[in-house]
Amino acid sequence: MSDVSYRELSLNGLWKNNPAIVQLLGLCPLLAVTGSVVNAIGLAAATTLVLICSNTSVSLIRNIVSDAIRLPAFVMIIASAVTCIELLMQAFAFELYEILGIFLPLITTNCVILGRADGFASRNAIAPAAYDGLIMGVGFGVVLVLLGALRELLGTGALFANMDLLFGPGAADWKITLINDYPNFLLAILPPGAFIFTGLIIAGKNLIDAQIKRRQDALKARPVKGAKRVRVTGHIS
Amino acid sequence: MLGRSIARNSWLLALFAVVTTVLITGTYLLTRDRISEQKRLAEEKALLEIVPRDRHDNSMLDDIINVGPEAAGLGLIQDKRIYRARLAGEVVATIVPVTAPDGYTGAIDLIVGVNADGSIAGVRTLSHKETPGLGDKVDIKKSDWILGFNGKSLDNPQPAGWAVKKDKGVFDQFTGATITPRAVIAATRRALLYVSANDTTLFERPADETVAGEK
Repeated sequence: MSDVSYRELSLNGLWKNNPAIVQLLGLCPLLAVTGSVVNAIGLAAATTLVLICSNTSVSLIRNIVSDAIRLPAFVMIIASAVTCIELLMQAFAFELYEILGIFLPLITTNCVILGRADGFASRNAIAPAAYDGLIMGVGFGVVLVLLGALRELLGTGALFANMDLLFGPGAADWKITLINDYPNFLLAILPPGAFIFTGLIIAGKNLIDAQIKRRQDALKARPVKGAKRVRVTGHIS
Repeated sequence: MLGRSIARNSWLLALFAVVTTVLITGTYLLTRDRISEQKRLAEEKALLEIVPRDRHDNSMLDDIINVGPEAAGLGLIQDKRIYRARLAGEVVATIVPVTAPDGYTGAIDLIVGVNADGSIAGVRTLSHKETPGLGDKVDIKKSDWILGFNGKSLDNPQPAGWAVKKDKGVFDQFTGATITPRAVIAATRRALLYVSANDTTLFERPADETVAGEK
């Protein structure tokens, strides 16, 4: 684990070991706030910030704390990071803070964060730990936003409503109505819709993975031309 | 050996507690003023939607009467405030908080603005948990249904008319949701009754005093 490649880290966070659709961590906020894109972006940003802060500080103290008090120390770090970010959000994005409500303090209990702190940050140097926090947050966020977009689109027939809550009054007209006079499709907005669409996203990912694997297998199985007899005569120096 | 490691760990944990507390305290102190400012703005925004700036010249947030759960008819669960809008010292409208306990999914918090002549200046929902796409049309962000109260008063429509059309009233219901509008209509009417019962107190009493006999 000492020799970390950033490429591997990125691939892990975004795809192979995506916290939301592979590790299936943090499902509670994932399902609860993804009714619209703006909520999803808000929670994704907050979670990513917390992940970066907690991973960095955990990595900083990794050689000081002993195993016995590792978890309480991590929990303290995570909880204080969440509280600080909650306060900042209240100060600078008040309306979004009101919308995310209870799910903001609940980031503390998002298993992605303790999982990355204990599983990665506590064994790695600061830079990779911070990067891992960022990329895991982004991986989680991408799924959140995708789910938010799907549900908002199918539920209301529009995308990017109320973006001004996050990006200031200039963003108020970002809303794109794709289908006029759309009869609201309630199932998509209500919690069952969140489960169904999460399932579909996971299924989609598995489908792509299977496709890639099949292609790789086919590549391996195909005999390489002219490689049946390989003669090695002497060294090339 | 064991004792020493326990002592060391305890000190470390204590140190962590101190450091994290300092961090949170620092953030709190830095953001405190801005947060209270934001809260005030959010509160004022709802009030200004009901009584726009050109109708009054005072700060509504500073001209308040406290009301609590005892206030007859308002159905409040916690202490709230009545705000008053003044123009040249005269109260032109009061904004009364009222809670509808009988929403489809729990209580609906509303504010009802009542003009000095007893007509409604505007109604807004402050918080609700109504079904998205159905009951949440009482929220101005979702539908302008709630604007239908503007200009109505206790005798316009007559008491029997204070109901959804399905119940032979004058207000629209939503497709698939009658419970929510019913609750909001009843609560709005209760607010009007409260204002007319406490007319003199609300419109003439100086600021920052509690309503007589209540709270």
